[in-house]
Amino acid sequence: MCAKRLCLPDPRAAITNDLIINQIEPGSRVLDLGCGDAALLERLRNEHRCDVLGIEKDKESVVQALERGVPILEADLNQGLSFLPEQSFDYAVLSQTLQQIGKPLELLHELFRYARRTLVVVPNFGHWRIRLQVSLQGRAPVTDNLPYEWFESPNVHFLSMVDFRELAKRGNFHIVKEIPIIGERAVDRAALANLRAHSALYVLERAERSL
Amino acid sequence: MNLMAMQLDTTTAPVSTDMERVERQYITLFESPSVLELEGGGRLGPITVAFETFGKLSPRKDNAIFICHALTGDSHVAGRYTPEDRKPGWWNDFVGPGKAIDTNRYFVICANVLGGCQGTTGPSSIDPATGVPYGPDFPFITIRDIVNVHVALLDALGVHKVLAVVGGSLGGMQVLDWAINHPDRIGAAVLLASGPRLSAQGIAFNAVGRRAIYADPLFRDGRYYSEAEKPHFGLALARMIAHITYLSEASIEQKFGRRLQNGTDLAYDAHSEVEFQVESYLHYQGRAFVERFDANSYLAMTRVMDYFDLTRRKDSLTTVLSKATCRFLVVSYTSDWLFPTSQSVEIVRALIDARKHVTFVELPSPFGHDAFLIKSELPRLEQLVSPFLARGYQDGIGQSG
Repeated sequence: MCAKRLCLPDPRAAITNDLIINQIEPGSRVLDLGCGDAALLERLRNEHRCDVLGIEKDKESVVQALERGVPILEADLNQGLSFLPEQSFDYAVLSQTLQQIGKPLELLHELFRYARRTLVVVPNFGHWRIRLQVSLQGRAPVTDNLPYEWFESPNVHFLSMVDFRELAKRGNFHIVKEIPIIGERAVDRAALANLRAHSALYVLERAERSL
Repeated sequence: MNLMAMQLDTTTAPVSTDMERVERQYITLFESPSVLELEGGGRLGPITVAFETFGKLSPRKDNAIFICHALTGDSHVAGRYTPEDRKPGWWNDFVGPGKAIDTNRYFVICANVLGGCQGTTGPSSIDPATGVPYGPDFPFITIRDIVNVHVALLDALGVHKVLAVVGGSLGGMQVLDWAINHPDRIGAAVLLASGPRLSAQGIAFNAVGRRAIYADPLFRDGRYYSEAEKPHFGLALARMIAHITYLSEASIEQKFGRRLQNGTDLAYDAHSEVEFQVESYLHYQGRAFVERFDANSYLAMTRVMDYFDLTRRKDSLTTVLSKATCRFLVVSYTSDWLFPTSQSVEIVRALIDARKHVTFVELPSPFGHDAFLIKSELPRLEQLVSPFLARGYQDGIGQSG
């Protein structure tokens, strides 16, 4: 762990999970990809009566999920999802995971074979403090929510909100909702969101096939 | 394959003080007028069941775990019969006080399977109708018959629902049958190195093993019990072939390589059967096996395995598994080529499709199919099995039935 150069809130904290839970109808079938310790899934199951499944490659996280009684598959998302039955989930969740995937566009495409909607929470590297860090210090960005030096970071991609919208367009995904997370709050609409948000949540559906 | 872990581990384990003293118990079930209706059409009874129990059954009878042994295993899953026993039970490093399946907490039951030769009725048992061993007249049995006998044993022990049924390989097939055909009796299923059916490759190896037995002149069409000499040659050969399928290319290489049994020079003797260490090892496996196993039982049990196929009837695997209500923990091993990960994944996919609670992990191991019996591989398995069982225990799944 490095000395932090920036202090942004931990996006896996309760606020992000609250935000995700608010987007999910009670009783839904939810797949959390890169679910970590399965805390989100435990809440979805207990508070929202959801039928849940996690995917995680970290062995300790798998044990934590077992302790929580949350079903989990140990797998590396970079290896594909062919072990899942098709169209078996209402929601797929990628919370702070997509930037760690080798081929994010391929994964998003693949996800729509398994889930109707995809919730994506990604860090926004367009945040003004990151821009300042890069431009003034001339250093790779290190933040509280992504507290890794470049050589040890699990993040293999750095994107901004503008970049994500571009990805959605390219993948022919419809952004049903875009919710920037600014400071401690998720806001439905914000001016200059790409400067002010440290992360953003997207609700994606597959766009109607264009002719 | 139950003793393989100890046989691979050539160091003799010292007798440790934490070993539970255990006793093999016998019970007679399906006594007239009761009878076991077999899946293949026959009827069988009475049936003696050899079983062992470990730990204490709680007053509410809600802490039982049933362990299903593999192809050639037995009820002696842990502990020692006497302190002088050289070897403890076949899963002694996994089952016992403070171990992964903690007998301080759980009441563990393990029974020898129907058709076996370790105390439960099988081809070598005396047929009460004739007064001589059943031999080749022993009826054809299946996984379902084996499990039906074990469920009857639970009834006799006064346990309605077990917290979990745990098994690897052929034991895993039994676990699946418990989950599907006795859903009200099982709270959780632990399935190790198993699959929804035996593959064609698996049947092929079994076929060669059976041929080795049939071809032994001492087999005498299965009526050899009154003879001084038994078809040990064929049975040993069957074991040697099967044993190779329980290992992996990497584990054989690691254990033996091309090392010679005697010295460092090749003998240039085409008639030497034990020139390489791996040859000597397989011969030893064969010799040790015939001391404890019966050829007719081997034929019966390999057929049990061949016949197991959850999708033999028209229903999809998803439909078949829909009948289960328990939680599942499915574990496969990277180097297992007898029950490769793809077979576990097939079960996992169908369970998710059927909206069941399933956790799946593929463990890295060089030890092939037998990995779940190898001491060095058990800590990683314990990390999964222990919290999985504890969760069911805490949630009181055992009480809900």
